[in-house]
Amino acid sequence: MSLVATELTRRIDGIAHLNNISCTLERGRFYVVVGPTLSGKTSLLHALAGLDVPDTGRITLDDADLATVPVWSRSVSMVYQQFINYPHLSVYDNIAFPLRRRRFKHAEIERRVRAMAETVGLTPFLTRLPGALSGGQQQRVALARSLVKGSDLLLLDEPLINLDYKLREQLREEFLNIFSAQSRSIVVYTTADPNEALLFGAEVLVMHEGRLLQVGAAQSVYARPATATVARIFSDPPMNLLPGSLEDAGLRLSKDVLLPRPRHFGSLAQGPYVFGIHPSDIAPDPSGIASEVELAEISGSETFLHVRHADMHLVAHLSGVHAYALGENVHVALEGSKLFAFAPGGELAAAPAAGG
Amino acid sequence: MSTLYRFLKYGAILLWSAFVIAPFLWALTTSFKTANGITGGPTYIPWLQYKPSLQGWGDLFHSGGGGIQIGGPYLDSLIVTVSASVISLVFGTLAAYGLSRFTFRAGFIRNADITFFFISQRIMPPVVLAIPFFLMLQFLHLLDTKIGLIVVYIALLMPIAVWVMVDFFNTVPRELDQSAMLDGCSPFETFWRVILPNSKPGLVVAGLFCLIFGWNDFFFAFTLTFTKTQLLPVAIVSLNSSVTPWWSLSAAALVSVAPLVAVAFILESYLSRGNLAGAIR
Repeated sequence: MSLVATELTRRIDGIAHLNNISCTLERGRFYVVVGPTLSGKTSLLHALAGLDVPDTGRITLDDADLATVPVWSRSVSMVYQQFINYPHLSVYDNIAFPLRRRRFKHAEIERRVRAMAETVGLTPFLTRLPGALSGGQQQRVALARSLVKGSDLLLLDEPLINLDYKLREQLREEFLNIFSAQSRSIVVYTTADPNEALLFGAEVLVMHEGRLLQVGAAQSVYARPATATVARIFSDPPMNLLPGSLEDAGLRLSKDVLLPRPRHFGSLAQGPYVFGIHPSDIAPDPSGIASEVELAEISGSETFLHVRHADMHLVAHLSGVHAYALGENVHVALEGSKLFAFAPGGELAAAPAAGG
Repeated sequence: MSTLYRFLKYGAILLWSAFVIAPFLWALTTSFKTANGITGGPTYIPWLQYKPSLQGWGDLFHSGGGGIQIGGPYLDSLIVTVSASVISLVFGTLAAYGLSRFTFRAGFIRNADITFFFISQRIMPPVVLAIPFFLMLQFLHLLDTKIGLIVVYIALLMPIAVWVMVDFFNTVPRELDQSAMLDGCSPFETFWRVILPNSKPGLVVAGLFCLIFGWNDFFFAFTLTFTKTQLLPVAIVSLNSSVTPWWSLSAAALVSVAPLVAVAFILESYLSRGNLAGAIR
């Protein structure tokens, strides 16, 4: 029992929003689509919902072709990044709206709306208009409205992006509990933030420029990104990618930077590679590469240090607040056992041992 | 600083209000004058400067002798303007929703072309339309009838309704339509149950424009009617014979702006307050 998309392609004004996408989504599972802005996440959701018709390809739900089913007859709900509700209806009527359109009995509507309001914590606000609620509460209304009808397909398009940090964490937690109770629905959640996918620990679909680059469990995509592009997308801040080569002497990143060959590169042949390293695996170290501070961003209790050595740029993710002056000389070391190697074409050649 | 700002702000508002209200006050005082009061130099305050009389207002209820029965034309004007406005608003809103949400293709014609086609009806000077309208109404035997005028006014008002409502619908997020459809609404239900109830500000503006343009029209009311049907603006102008009866003219003018003032006051609260606040963040 599953939703199968086969070779979906959608071009608008010559730009491929969806480029030959095939995927199988199982009932009762939670999928997170990760990709940067304009990667085609929203286009994919629109195609799955039936709001937009792909130029080619087909979508089947439990082996039935959806092409001829109009949107309003499908069993789909969607939560948007803007807080979309019906402004003229009270919270109660908003949540009841999809049930009334489906001609549920009055008592059943009452029962379901009250239960759903309890689940998302809206019981005290049922008589208010959405405009009189805070952003987080408005998004709860939208979520309740999408959950109440028990759709086969529940789509969430970056639902937390417009909320502040604290509220985002809180709602994310609640989402996880609510979704795990949706045993017969397929839940698809999009985000540009790989950390969100990792927190959910869900099945991940990585998208870039309308293509589906990799599908797999969040942790395994993080540990073994299929390509350098996936590695950049699925890391925040993006993974450092450094062109270099493997030589007899070791791992050469530039004329004067030579690192010892990491043991996990094993039998990797000599030649040009793109080496990757997560910003959290770079740290200041007196024996490291001499470089110059370009920028030091302090965010909460973390510091993002941007440094340069010749024309090699690195971003280091340090925990704690550290003050650096622009142009200051620092030495940074790359944790050799955490290096990735990608072939010049981008395919993964070697990855650090998982769990390390 | 803020005191100076407030002083300037309210000063400007006061000045502008005086500028706008002055002609009405003048008409009001003139409507209580007689021929002597008007020719006897500039006077403003009744009892002190001139002897007030109700002749001007009385002249609106009898015909002959500088007076005119204003009730008939008044009712005709109301019927024609309100019918034409309501019909224009209903069909204009439906057309605007279609133009805002669906993609039409007819040869090289696209949505923007259709929208411009509507608006272009208002670009031509009205004089150009007078003869074609006259001939069409003559052919349909609708000259000098209220139905004929309603038809002509619909042609004039609908473009305004379409124009205002297309602009309005374009500001309503598509996600609202999409949500409604995902919740089980057909396209018409989406319009009827979700979009229309949230369109009051747009409908009010479009309706007000239609009422104002329709009510104020003199040109077509004048060229397309003769004796049986007479709208208010034509009736008021016809007061003006060899001697201009300023008193009844002033009274008639005040009576004729009254409905628009009333409508503006009733709808004013909708104009300033948007109703879409809860749709998107």
